[in-house]
Amino acid sequence: MDYGFTTAAYVVAAVLFILSLGGLSGQESAKRAVWYGIAGMALAVVATVIGPGAGNWVVSVVMIALGGAIGWVVAQRVQMTEMPQLVAAMHSLVGLAAVFIGFNTHIEMVSVAGTLAAAGIERCDPLLSAVTCAAKFGQPDLFANLSGFALQVADKISVEISILRVETFLGVFIGAVTFTGSVIAFGKLAGKVDGKAKKLPGGHLLNAGAALLSVVMLVVYLQSGSTVALLVVTLAALFIGYHLIMGIGGADMPVVVSMLNSYSGWAAAAIGFSLGNDLLIVVGALVGSSGAILSYIMCKAMNRSFVSVILGGFGGTTGPAMEISGEQIAIDTEGVAAALNDADSIIIIPGYGMAVAQAQQSVSELTRKLRAKGKTVRFAIHPVAGRLPGHMNVLLAEARVPYDIVLEMDEINEDFPSTDVAIVIGSNDIVNPAAQDDPNSPIAGMPVLECWKAKQVFVSKRGQGTGYSGIENPLFFKENTRMFYGDAKKSLDALLPMID
Amino acid sequence: MKIGALTENFPGENRVAMTPESAAQLIKLGHVCAIQSGAGAKSGFSDALYLAAGVEVLADAAAVVAAADVLVKVRGPDMDEAGALRDGQTLISFFWPAQNPDLLETVKARRATVVAMDMVPRISRAQKMDALSSMANIAGYRAVIEAGNNFGRFFTGQITAAGKVPPAKVLIVGAGVAGLAAIGTATSLGAIVYAFDVRPEVSEQIESMGANFVFLEFADAQDGAATGGYAAPSSPEFREAQLARFRELAPEMDIVITTALIPGRPAPKLWTADMVAMMKPGSVIIDLAAERGGNCDLTVPDQKILSDNGVTIVGYTDFPSRMAAQASTLYSNNIRHMLTDLTPRKDGVIVHNMADDVIRGATVAHQGEITFPPPPPKIAAIAAAKPKPKVVDLTPVEKRAQEVAVFRTETRNQIALLAGGGGLILLVGLVAPASFMQHFIVFVLSVFIGFQVIWNVSHSLHTPLMAVTNAISSIIILGALMQIGSGSWLVILLAALSVFMAGINIFGGFMVTRRMLAMFQKS
Repeated sequence: MDYGFTTAAYVVAAVLFILSLGGLSGQESAKRAVWYGIAGMALAVVATVIGPGAGNWVVSVVMIALGGAIGWVVAQRVQMTEMPQLVAAMHSLVGLAAVFIGFNTHIEMVSVAGTLAAAGIERCDPLLSAVTCAAKFGQPDLFANLSGFALQVADKISVEISILRVETFLGVFIGAVTFTGSVIAFGKLAGKVDGKAKKLPGGHLLNAGAALLSVVMLVVYLQSGSTVALLVVTLAALFIGYHLIMGIGGADMPVVVSMLNSYSGWAAAAIGFSLGNDLLIVVGALVGSSGAILSYIMCKAMNRSFVSVILGGFGGTTGPAMEISGEQIAIDTEGVAAALNDADSIIIIPGYGMAVAQAQQSVSELTRKLRAKGKTVRFAIHPVAGRLPGHMNVLLAEARVPYDIVLEMDEINEDFPSTDVAIVIGSNDIVNPAAQDDPNSPIAGMPVLECWKAKQVFVSKRGQGTGYSGIENPLFFKENTRMFYGDAKKSLDALLPMID
Repeated sequence: MKIGALTENFPGENRVAMTPESAAQLIKLGHVCAIQSGAGAKSGFSDALYLAAGVEVLADAAAVVAAADVLVKVRGPDMDEAGALRDGQTLISFFWPAQNPDLLETVKARRATVVAMDMVPRISRAQKMDALSSMANIAGYRAVIEAGNNFGRFFTGQITAAGKVPPAKVLIVGAGVAGLAAIGTATSLGAIVYAFDVRPEVSEQIESMGANFVFLEFADAQDGAATGGYAAPSSPEFREAQLARFRELAPEMDIVITTALIPGRPAPKLWTADMVAMMKPGSVIIDLAAERGGNCDLTVPDQKILSDNGVTIVGYTDFPSRMAAQASTLYSNNIRHMLTDLTPRKDGVIVHNMADDVIRGATVAHQGEITFPPPPPKIAAIAAAKPKPKVVDLTPVEKRAQEVAVFRTETRNQIALLAGGGGLILLVGLVAPASFMQHFIVFVLSVFIGFQVIWNVSHSLHTPLMAVTNAISSIIILGALMQIGSGSWLVILLAALSVFMAGINIFGGFMVTRRMLAMFQKS
């Protein structure tokens, strides 16, 4: 097999990947699109394994089979509420692989330079590659035993080697940040690491120092190709990844996860450059831009700049918060049931609390019962509800809530005034009217679901606490709001038999 | 307790404070009811009906006063009636304590308790006994009927074979209870209704009833919440602006119904003689404020007059009484609700609880003391209106200009981005060798395609998107596969590990995506 076939296969694979992402524009086309992705991936792997430059294919196949089996089992067993953790864990694998591959490239470079030096060839014309140089010095067979990627490296002229070093460097750096960042994100999402924002003393200065150190090491590495420089950078990048994500709190996780998604793409692209593999570049760029767009959407939904999310914590307030008058009025299950039985149109606003309480099945059952009575039931999803972009949609889909009654914020916000009952289940900041009314609120300007415009609002909540951001929610004090205290799943299960 | 209803002795008053229906309810509370013979006759309730409801019918007023512990009436008592009250007796009726200090002194001297139905505080809980509102509602309805009676045309527009009839234009000044009732009646008859009120917060109520709110551009409009939902006197500047707006409207209007009242003051003059002169002949003005001097300059209380230019001006003060059956039913219900609150245990024993906001507010004399005016109620009548941001309507020219400006900035931004990006790529091209540039082109184009494609991804599929991008970012396996053939064992080890991890990702990512997508179902 020659390069022509591999390249052709790569083109087809690239097209399939693009179609696979494009197909996600609709629920039905997405079911087809995932197969495009699988076909593209299979084609790319097969073409590479049988293509030029690859060897040791027995090891390759065994490794793929082993990894594949593990991946398969995990994918079958994972709970939908655990999706954020899974996604973060998978990012970390891509990051680590990028680091390894970058190191391999470096090792090959060192070995080519070593071979050249061992043969007594010290000064080469910078415009000549190692292979030509060796031929010129009368040792054309010096690199004869090289094949595949190593030969490619040996075939590079001096400028190309410099560029290769930059690419390798970037691949390792981004990969390492992605790796530790994802591991920490996984820990936080899985509850293995405290979800609160934490920083080492020195805060962002430490990050800045590590970044500066990396830049210095880049220069050193460019000049000398020293292994120590690359190792130092790896450690610095690992630290940045760890410290950056440690400093970001739980509710900002949607941004973090999409950002890491983006990084894993850029890491793949950087590795693609260093290997001269266009398919890697194409896919890396696709994934990178996809993650970047997701981060942008998430930031926009919180009305915060990307930088402020990454730097962690909420921005300072500009003045005293607006005083909240009134009191939180509790209501019992009978009251909620009576209101639901009377209502014609109902909007349910789920949040992370629903995922925590595993209440999606009860919500679905409630929806089914209400719809069976001919009531209009819809769901309003805020872009940052949950811990992963689109988290709520997946949970509701799992509980068999039809997707055409699950609407985005922009689609449904205008309908609240004509709605009889809005039920808030485990969400807080995304329904906080202070974002609109109080210019001094830390979340001022964040787009929120205007559920308080509904005739009546029930808030299912564990107790009288504030949300993740620690901001008091005036919604709970509104005249048309009733607090339905208790575990979301238990409250809903108690409610179900009363809906008739 | 024995509750006795008296015949109204005010000339032209047709209402009665107790109906057979309300008496039946009062009996359920444990009370005994009595009524003066013939008291309900003008409202259409004969003595026989009362007897059938279990009410004792007494021959004259003196007998009722002597027998009853609680007297109920519609109009306030005259001096004789007040003088006949005895110690501990309760009177429930309209009273207007601010206007009748002498009467108040008399009942104080008699040590009687007086519950004034006009003093019921305006809070949600007391709405069921708010007689002012229920009477105003009737007045508003009747005002439109009266106007129609005096107006020579249809209310609704019609196109008939005999010709076209334009709809009548009705202006309602003051959107209190009476005003809103008038709006509802006039719109349901098909008229085009305009309504004005000094309190901007009622504009929503006006519009919800189907009328057009006459908007007055004025800086500091008043907030009705501060005055318990009633209007307050306005500044001279505001008044001028208001009158100027009315002058604009006057020539167009066929029917004007004025209901503007300020508690405890003479009615404001809002419809001046020159406005009447501007109106078309045959137009009708109904002045619901006639009893307090009238909103219109020309109003003569209790009379219907014709102006020089043929405009009918109705100044009746007894609109509720003109619908006595309806008015008596509602008023007696108000009284009954008041007595329900006064009889908390439903055992026929009246407990005059002066700690209760509503009872305290309505009681003007109690146990030889004058308890008027009451302390302000603890609960605000209505919420303060929020200032609304003004939406400025743009002219088509301005809109066009705005669109052009937006388009220009967009173009400028795009060109700047393209120029910047292009310049950067050119700079890279200056130093980088051709082999790098080839890959670079692929990279830039892919980023571009990525941005175009991802924007179209549905929000609800963001989690599957992340899972699938995760899976395909394991394309990094290609790099490992290319390196695994190397001669160095370290390279082989690292590459093999990478292949392993990427393998987990590929299968895990695609499988979990498939699982998720399969769950999305249409209803």
